[in-house]
Amino acid sequence: MDLVTPQLGLIFWQTITFLIVFILLAKFAWNPILSGLKERELTIEESLESAKKAKEEMSLLKSENEKLLVEARQERDKILKMANETASQIVNKAKDEAQTEANKQFESAKASIINEKNAALREVENITASLSLQIAEKILKKELTSDASQLDLVKQYIKETHLN
Amino acid sequence: MNLLKKIIFSLILLTGFISAQASESHSSESTEEFKPGEMILHHIMDAHEWHFASVGNYDYVIPLPIIIYSEKNGLVYFMSSEFRNAKREFQGYHLDHHEHIHSLYESEKIYDLSITKNVASLLLSALILIIVFTTVAGYYSVNEGKAPTGMQSFFEPIIVFVRDDVAKNVIGKKYERYMPYLLTVFFFIWVNNMLGLLPGGANLTGNIAVTMVLAIFTFIITTFTGNKTYWGHIFNTPGVPLALKPLIIPIEIVGMFTKPFSLMVRLFANITAGHIIILSLLGLIFIFKSIFASLISLPFAIFMSFLELFVALLQAYIFTLLTAMYFGAAVEEHHHEHEKHSSH
Repeated sequence: MDLVTPQLGLIFWQTITFLIVFILLAKFAWNPILSGLKERELTIEESLESAKKAKEEMSLLKSENEKLLVEARQERDKILKMANETASQIVNKAKDEAQTEANKQFESAKASIINEKNAALREVENITASLSLQIAEKILKKELTSDASQLDLVKQYIKETHLN
Repeated sequence: MNLLKKIIFSLILLTGFISAQASESHSSESTEEFKPGEMILHHIMDAHEWHFASVGNYDYVIPLPIIIYSEKNGLVYFMSSEFRNAKREFQGYHLDHHEHIHSLYESEKIYDLSITKNVASLLLSALILIIVFTTVAGYYSVNEGKAPTGMQSFFEPIIVFVRDDVAKNVIGKKYERYMPYLLTVFFFIWVNNMLGLLPGGANLTGNIAVTMVLAIFTFIITTFTGNKTYWGHIFNTPGVPLALKPLIIPIEIVGMFTKPFSLMVRLFANITAGHIIILSLLGLIFIFKSIFASLISLPFAIFMSFLELFVALLQAYIFTLLTAMYFGAAVEEHHHEHEKHSSH
């Protein structure tokens, strides 16, 4: 059967030709094609990767921005609140101080009034004493000419004193 | 496109070599009745000249070089047209009707290394492969960092398919070093299958010598790249009781050879069978000696031709896939028993 008997000539040529084709294609076709493909795939992969990274970074930045914004808002509220508090505190403090100052002035005024009053009273007392002494002197000076006149004089002097 | 034009132009030039030659022996044959078996075998077998058509007493053929290595005369070469005489003899050599060359001297041992129709087709396909794929490779430096264009965009998906779905899938990590062989085998078989479908084309991949050489290359690469695990599976098959080993080892050794043998037969039989079916369908016209037979046989033959276009690709794929599987088995890493159990 010729059909299933391999012929020497064709085996010979097939071996040589196939080897040559294989070597030439491996060196000048498959090697550049496969390395070119690999390179391109690597580039695509890297580009996709970096795009993904950029996207992630973007969203991170965005969320960070939002966070910052929220924080800023909170900070603002806090500051406002604090300012309000401080303002009211200052007002209250001022009020208190004014009150205490007023009280103090009032007290001191009161105290000085009392002092003055006391001093006045003491003076009155002194004056009264000295008057009494003068009266007594005058009485004594009159040397008690008559009882009635003496009495009248005393009465008169006392009257005068009361008037003072 | 430019390249395609060049190829077509060369083919047209080639047909210029077709010479009409009177063949007395053929003319006597043509008066005989039509023998479909002979016709089919004539078409699927190798020949020493490239025969396209016979019109009347004239055969339209491309004469091919006859190269004979004789122990006595050394290398002898002449054109096959020299055999076109009544006795089919030249310089003491005779070409019989089964396309065998014999020496007229019994004692002379000769080796027929002629550029037969198949060899010529083989050289043509080699030329096509080298031109096409070096051109495609050129695109990769021109289009570096850019999208593929032209022929590159046609072949790239195929190359990527062979790489990803055949080599990477089947062989695994070490696929890269087998890629040049797998790609060469795939495109060699595909191109030659397609050339074989052309009218007047040679049935190269349907020739057992060609498929045998391809299978032997696969066998050699498998054997020489086989690792410890591969040989361990053959000579010390895991999970086999010692008593069975004397039985298993010969089976495994035979298995080493049946794999490439099946590759050889599968491609040869598939391609040859396709050619035989188409030729048989067309032969019906001549058997019935009626043009009306073509009403049935022609649609079938056209259908078969389309099927063969698919088979041409399919068989190239199958040969490459099985080759990759054998390579994969040769470089498969050792699996521990418990890993196997856990994976199932």
